[in-house]
Amino acid sequence: MIPELGHYALVLALFVALVQSGVPLVGAATGNAAWMGVARPAAIAQLLLVLVAYGALTWAHVVSDFSVSNVVANSHSLKPMLYKVSGVWGNHEGSMMLWVVMLTAFGAAVALFGRNLPPTLKARVIAVQGMIGVGFLLFILVTSNPFIRVIPAPLDGNDLNPLLQDPGLAFHPPFLYAGYVGFSMAFSFAVAALIEGRVDPAWARWVRPWTLAAWSTLTAGIALGSWWAYYELGWGGWWYWDPVENASFMPWLAGTALLHSAIVVEKRDALKTWTILLAILTFSLSLMGTFLVRSGILTSVHAFAVDPARGVFILVLLGIATGGSLLLYSLRAPTLKAGGLFAPISREGSLVLNNLLLSTATATVFIGTLYPLFLDVLNLGKVSVGPPFFNATFIPVAIPMIIAMVVGPFLAWKRADLTGALTRLWSAAVATTVCVAIAAYITNGGGPLLALVGVALAAWAFFGSLAEFAERIRLFRVPLKDSWNRAVNLPRSAWGMTIAHAFMGIAIAGMTGTSAWQSEVIEAMKPGQTATVAGYSISFDSIGVRQGPNFTADEGVFTVTKDGKHIATLTPERRSYPVTRMTTTEAAIHTTWLSDVYVALGDPTQNGTAWIVRLYHHPLVPWIWIGAMGMMAGGLVSLTDRRFRIGVPERRRTPKPAMQPAE
Amino acid sequence: MRRLIFLLPLLLFVGVGVAFFLGFERDPRNIPSALIDKPVPAFDLPPLPGRKEGLSNATLKGDVTLVNVFASWCIPCKVEHPVITRLAREQGVTVRAINHKDKAEDALAWLQRNGDPYASIGADLDGRASIDWGVYGVPETFLVDRQGRIRFKHVGPLTPQVVEEQILPLVKQLRAAS
Repeated sequence: MIPELGHYALVLALFVALVQSGVPLVGAATGNAAWMGVARPAAIAQLLLVLVAYGALTWAHVVSDFSVSNVVANSHSLKPMLYKVSGVWGNHEGSMMLWVVMLTAFGAAVALFGRNLPPTLKARVIAVQGMIGVGFLLFILVTSNPFIRVIPAPLDGNDLNPLLQDPGLAFHPPFLYAGYVGFSMAFSFAVAALIEGRVDPAWARWVRPWTLAAWSTLTAGIALGSWWAYYELGWGGWWYWDPVENASFMPWLAGTALLHSAIVVEKRDALKTWTILLAILTFSLSLMGTFLVRSGILTSVHAFAVDPARGVFILVLLGIATGGSLLLYSLRAPTLKAGGLFAPISREGSLVLNNLLLSTATATVFIGTLYPLFLDVLNLGKVSVGPPFFNATFIPVAIPMIIAMVVGPFLAWKRADLTGALTRLWSAAVATTVCVAIAAYITNGGGPLLALVGVALAAWAFFGSLAEFAERIRLFRVPLKDSWNRAVNLPRSAWGMTIAHAFMGIAIAGMTGTSAWQSEVIEAMKPGQTATVAGYSISFDSIGVRQGPNFTADEGVFTVTKDGKHIATLTPERRSYPVTRMTTTEAAIHTTWLSDVYVALGDPTQNGTAWIVRLYHHPLVPWIWIGAMGMMAGGLVSLTDRRFRIGVPERRRTPKPAMQPAE
Repeated sequence: MRRLIFLLPLLLFVGVGVAFFLGFERDPRNIPSALIDKPVPAFDLPPLPGRKEGLSNATLKGDVTLVNVFASWCIPCKVEHPVITRLAREQGVTVRAINHKDKAEDALAWLQRNGDPYASIGADLDGRASIDWGVYGVPETFLVDRQGRIRFKHVGPLTPQVVEEQILPLVKQLRAAS
């Protein structure tokens, strides 16, 4: 009964979405306030209905209702509760449900919190959001219905892919989808602005917080995914340039460009058509990511169950959304008035450079990901593109981007003095040189030269961002107390930028450290033996069997010591899941926050007395995720900027009179 | 003229969309039918350094052989590796490999780490031989009969299901046939 209620709610949501995408649009065109007013209740009703449907599906998973085929395919009665809940979105149908929940939540958020939007813009934004909802609800109902029953119901389910039964991955999709879908707001605002035929600084001010929120959650989502790959896949890498990773990375790069170009629209009323285009492209790349993952057009480990009908459907959706909006763009964008002029050396100029480099980076990843497909379609042969391509093409674009990222904030709007900006960066330059010297001294010239370039970039980004902050609060030039007051009174967006840029430097340090200086020992070890990696001696004490709820595990006990001192006891596991007949590696990691000691237990050797053990020392690797979390925090701090809440009644310092005089 | 610039994104997108649409008809998991039942292309790959036997079309005659194309930088290869290992060690299927666009030291380290079920490995450093085989990406797996003809191809990681339902029955059939 409850699954049927969910199904019913989903169908209702589709019809509400149809109303939401039509009526307010007509209302806005004819100036009919009542028709425009339909947008708000429709968006809220759609969210509630989708929540009911999602709740029904979750209920089916939680109580293990094996008469629902989605539950049979992806759950098992013995699965821990956390994964029963996260298993809802760990499969194709359920993940589309989560996608729609996010989409309608964003739509409802505009309806609820968009009080200060001009009524026609608000009606149009919600209508466009409704159209996206129609597309995805139809997609779920036609090709991916999660509420289909099986008769007779099997006694137990097939269990969730054990690689996905992990806390890191349980929370990875919600963040990722919030990011993907969050960019739908920028898209809806862009399309609405094209329909209105008007883009002004106020428009950019409304778009920026949504983009910031989407960007922050996408950053967290990508970081969680890479962290999961690092500890769960058992060989200590953190990024593989896999098509599915690229599918999430492209919207991130384009979204980063969008964040920065929207600043120029807001502050200087320039780059308007470019910003609109970026907004369309960023969401289109999110849609394309969905398409690539689910169509089976490219092969990847992450791929969901592939079904050509779904692929065609998403392709049609992509065609309508992207093709339609780009058509609208080609018709309306030329009529938008161009804004303020600026010299090449200026804050605007640096943001344009940032956009050029980020777009180039996006295009690089795009070409690398889709090149095999294009070549195949053109009958030019079959090829594969691996990490060497991406490393060779992405890094040369990233290097000037980081250098410019630090200089840009020192430049004034309209026309700036580059020499002046560079001389104010002398402290950062000194700090960078010191860091490189320290790195070269510690590693004694080991590792590639590119590693020192990486250290230089990391230090430059970190100290350069701090130098900019120090400049703003006039540190050491005015008394400390005045500097403190200036810091407190700085806009939150300035704080956010400094935090995000500085932590970007930390993340680069992590990436460089682990790529260049990791040590790796792979040995067949018997209990009682000891191996050494990067100065740590790791002894294999014993191995035993542990029974988990839906798996059995071989659990090794390792003692890590350095210079005779006990550091940690690590217990890596090798789990076998009988239902799916898969084994997973649960690596054990000891982190000092400066480096990780990583132990993974492999297969037993053929005679069964020894085990293949992989020992790694990853310098600086935790900084990758500390950096990513810092960047997310920067985005969130910036989001609290007062400017984004204009129109919200301000609280007065002096209390109003408690009673109004009677009239 | 100015309008044309604004039309450019749409035109580019239409191109990408057409490529996507055509891409459906070329499911990367399908072999171009031309290669099925044809003799394996002529090739002769050297062994990885420090090993004796490489892989050539001569090696592939005489026994029903599974040819697995892998690389140390490929994640799905890692996923399918236990399946292949089981196939070689427990089901007694001869498995040979083409090491695709890899560095020799990386490949050797990967094999040491993950186990080496292969009877022999040909090192295809520049990917030439893989192109003759019609390899789209890694991993791919071929089944070659006693006469050295390609009888089956699978793109993407092998799953226990593909092994049970397609490979093992075909191996049995091909072994019985001659």
